[in-house]
Amino acid sequence: MKKRSRHPGSALLRLAVHAAAGTTVLVLGFLVGYILVRGVPNLRPALFAPTYTSENQSMLPAIVNTCTMTLCALLLAVPVGIGASVYMVEYAGRGSRIVRLVRTTTETLSGIPSIVYGLFGMLLFNNAMGFGYSLIAGALTLSIMILPLIMRTTEEALLSVPDLYREGSFGLGAGKLRTVFAIVLPTALPGILSGVILAIGRIVGETAALMYTSGTVAKIAGLSDSGITLALHMYKQASEGLYIEEAYATSVVLLVLVLLINFASGRVAARIGGKRG
Amino acid sequence: MEIAFLLAALVSVACVTLICVFLLANGVPAMREIGFFDFLLGRTWKPGADIYGIFPMIVGSIYVTGLALLMGVPIALLTAVYLAYFCPKRIYRMIKPAIELLAGIPSVVYGFFGIVVLVPLVRALGEPFDGRGNSILTASMLLAIMILPTIIGVVEPAIRAVPRSYYEGSLALGATHERSVFAAVMPAARSGVQAGIVLGLGRAMGETMAVIMVAGNQARMPKGIFQGIRTLTGNIVMEMGYATGLHREALIATGVVLFVFILLINLAFSALKRRDAR
Amino acid sequence: MTTKFSVQHMDLHYGAFHALKDVNLNIRAHEITAFIGPSGCGKSTLLRSLNRMNDLVEDCRITGDIRLDGEDIYAPGTDVNMLRKRVGMVFQKPNPFPMSVYDNVAYGPRTHGVKKRAALDAIVEKSLRDAAIWDEVKDRLHRSALGLSGGQQQRLCIARALAAQPEVILMDEPTSALDPISTGRIEDLAMELKRDYTIVMVTHNMQQATRVSDSTVFFLLGEIIESGKTEAIFSRPQDKRTEAYITGRFG
Repeated sequence: MKKRSRHPGSALLRLAVHAAAGTTVLVLGFLVGYILVRGVPNLRPALFAPTYTSENQSMLPAIVNTCTMTLCALLLAVPVGIGASVYMVEYAGRGSRIVRLVRTTTETLSGIPSIVYGLFGMLLFNNAMGFGYSLIAGALTLSIMILPLIMRTTEEALLSVPDLYREGSFGLGAGKLRTVFAIVLPTALPGILSGVILAIGRIVGETAALMYTSGTVAKIAGLSDSGITLALHMYKQASEGLYIEEAYATSVVLLVLVLLINFASGRVAARIGGKRG
Repeated sequence: MEIAFLLAALVSVACVTLICVFLLANGVPAMREIGFFDFLLGRTWKPGADIYGIFPMIVGSIYVTGLALLMGVPIALLTAVYLAYFCPKRIYRMIKPAIELLAGIPSVVYGFFGIVVLVPLVRALGEPFDGRGNSILTASMLLAIMILPTIIGVVEPAIRAVPRSYYEGSLALGATHERSVFAAVMPAARSGVQAGIVLGLGRAMGETMAVIMVAGNQARMPKGIFQGIRTLTGNIVMEMGYATGLHREALIATGVVLFVFILLINLAFSALKRRDAR
Repeated sequence: MTTKFSVQHMDLHYGAFHALKDVNLNIRAHEITAFIGPSGCGKSTLLRSLNRMNDLVEDCRITGDIRLDGEDIYAPGTDVNMLRKRVGMVFQKPNPFPMSVYDNVAYGPRTHGVKKRAALDAIVEKSLRDAAIWDEVKDRLHRSALGLSGGQQQRLCIARALAAQPEVILMDEPTSALDPISTGRIEDLAMELKRDYTIVMVTHNMQQATRVSDSTVFFLLGEIIESGKTEAIFSRPQDKRTEAYITGRFG
C-alpha cells in the first residue's frame, strides 16, 4: 500500500485541467497587458483636445457623446426596468401568466445580438419615427438592449429583501405602494445600483447597435445630432488602419473605463453580500 | 400605480413584438422578391448584379462559430473544473473576479487585439499554405477567447451546484480526485455544461464587430481556414452604410435569418437551464 | 480475533479546535464496532480519519498513530486511494450517483481497472445480492438509481461499497435518514456482512448499538470515555458519564 500506485489517466487529466486554466489566465492576462503596455505610451494630451480633426484624432468629442448617450439610455431604461421588476416581484402572483410571458420575452431580449438591435433601432427610430442618425435614436436602441439586464438584477435585489420587512411595514398600516417605496426599494438599492453600473459598462462598450442608429460623426453632438461614441471611434481608427497608435490610446481608455465600471459594480454587489452574510 | 408597474413590465413584451414585426416586415418582402430558397441557398452575393444569395455567409457563420467552439469549449470547461475543484482558495479569490471582469471587455477591444496580435500570428502560420492574416482561423481564435468568460461563468456554478456527496462518495470508493471529479461530478453537471456551451454558441454567432475586424469579409464560400470569410453579422455591417432598395432589404433579411438562428439557440439554452434547475 | 485497526495517542485539530484528544483504540476484525456519544463528540471525526476522508477538510491536523493491519495509514507516500479501496464507507445520507443502478455498483471496480463486461456483471450481481437488494432492482439495473426509495438507495450504496472489495466498511449513521423498516433491513444486513468484513458504525441510536454491535466505544467531548464489549458497556458501565448517557440523561 505504501508504494504509490500509478494513475496515468488521472495525472493526464490533472495536467489538462492545469494547462487549460493556465491558458485562460495567460491569454486574457496577455490581452489586457498587451493593450496597456502598447497603449499607455500613446496617450497624448492632444488626444483630449476639444475638437477632432483628421490630423489630431481627439477622443474628447466621443467621450462627451458617450456620457450623453449613457445618461439618456439610463434615464429611459432604469425607471421602466425598476417599475417592471416591482410589478413582477411585489404585485404579480407567482406563476401568473403575465410573469411567465414577461420572463420569456426578457430572456429573449437578453440573447439578441447587438447588431440585430442596431437594425431594429435603425428601422424604428431612424426611419419610421424620423429621428435620423442621432444620439437619441442610439439611446433608445440601447435602452431596450440594457432593459433585461436591469430587470434581472433589480428582480434579484427585490427578491433578496426579507419578507419580514414588508410584513413590518404592513403591520404599521402602510399600504403596498408606501411599503414598496419606503422599505423595499431602499433596501434593494445596492443590488439595483450594481445592475445599473453593469449596464453602463455595456453602453460604453457597445458598437454594433450604434453604427447605424447614432452614426459616426466625430463632434460633440446634441440629442438630435449624429455623434460618435468612444467604442465606435476606436472601431473606426482600428479598421481604417491609418491611426493604429491612436487606436491603441483609445483602447486603453475604453478598456480601463469598462474594467473600472465592472469592478465598481462587483464591489457594490459584494458589499450587500457581505452585509447580509 | 399598479397599472403603471404593469405597463413597465409589458414594455419588454412590446419590444420583442416590435423587433419581430419590424424585422419581418422589412426583411420578408425581400426574401419573397429574391425567392426564399435562392436567398437562403444561393451561393452568389453580388449586389451590383442584384444577386443576393446568403449561403456563403450562413456557412461562414457556422464555420467560424464551430471552430471557435472547438477551440474554446475544452479550455473553458477544464478551466471551470479547475476553478471548482482544483484551485486553492487564495488563487481562486484572484482569478475568479478577473475572469468575470474580462467578460465585460468591449468587442472592439477584442477586435483590435485580433488585428494587432492574432492577424500577424496567423499570417505567419499560414504562410506555407498561401494564407491570409484575416481569415477563418483568426476570427475563430478570437471568438474562442471571447467566449471563455461566458462559458466559464455558466459552467463553474453548475459544477459547484453538484452535491458534494457525489464527490465524497467516489473518493470513499478509492477513486482519485481527478476520477471523482470527471466520472462522478461532471456527469451530474451535464445540463449546466450544455447550457454554457449553447450560451457560448449564441455569443459567438451574434458577435459582430470583433469578427469583421479580423475575418476578411469576402462574400464567397469558404476556401480553407487560412482564407477570409464573411459572416451573417459581417454582411449587415459591411454594406448597410451604402445599401439602398432591394440590396438594403436583403441585408435586413440577413438580420432576420440571424435572428431566427439566435432565437433557436436561446430556446435551447432556456430549455437546458430549466432542466438544470430541476 | 485479530486487531484490524489500532489507534494510538491520536490527536486531531481543526484549526484551533482540539476535536479528538489522545484517542487509544483497537478495532477487531469481523466484528461490528459501534461509536456512540452526543453530537459533536468526535465519533464521526474519528470514523472519517480511518479512511482519511478528513484530508478534505482544510487545516485538519492529525498526530499520533493509526494502523491498518499494522501499517501506518498516515505514513508519507501512502496511497490514499488504495486505502479507501480497502476501507469503504457508507454515508449518513444515501448518496447514489445520478447514474443507473448498474453503473453505481460498477463504479468502484471500474475505478480499480476492471473493464471486462462479464467480470463487471458478476461483481455487480454478487454485490447487490450481498447487500440484499438484488431482487428489488434486478429488473431495473439500467434505470436511474435516483428513482429508488431511501432505504433501497442506502442498500445500493452498501452494494457499491462492497463492489470495491473492501476489508472494512465504515458506516456513518447509516440509518438516520431511514424509516424503521428500512433501518431493520440495514441492521440485519450489517450482521450478515460482519462474517466477511469488519464494520465500524457511528450511531445515535442506543438500541441500534445494543442490537447489532459486538463492541461499543463511548465518546464525549473528543475523548473516549469507555470502550469494551457492548453487553458489558450497556449492563455494567464503569464510568458515571457512560451510565448517564446510555440511560438518556444527556444529549
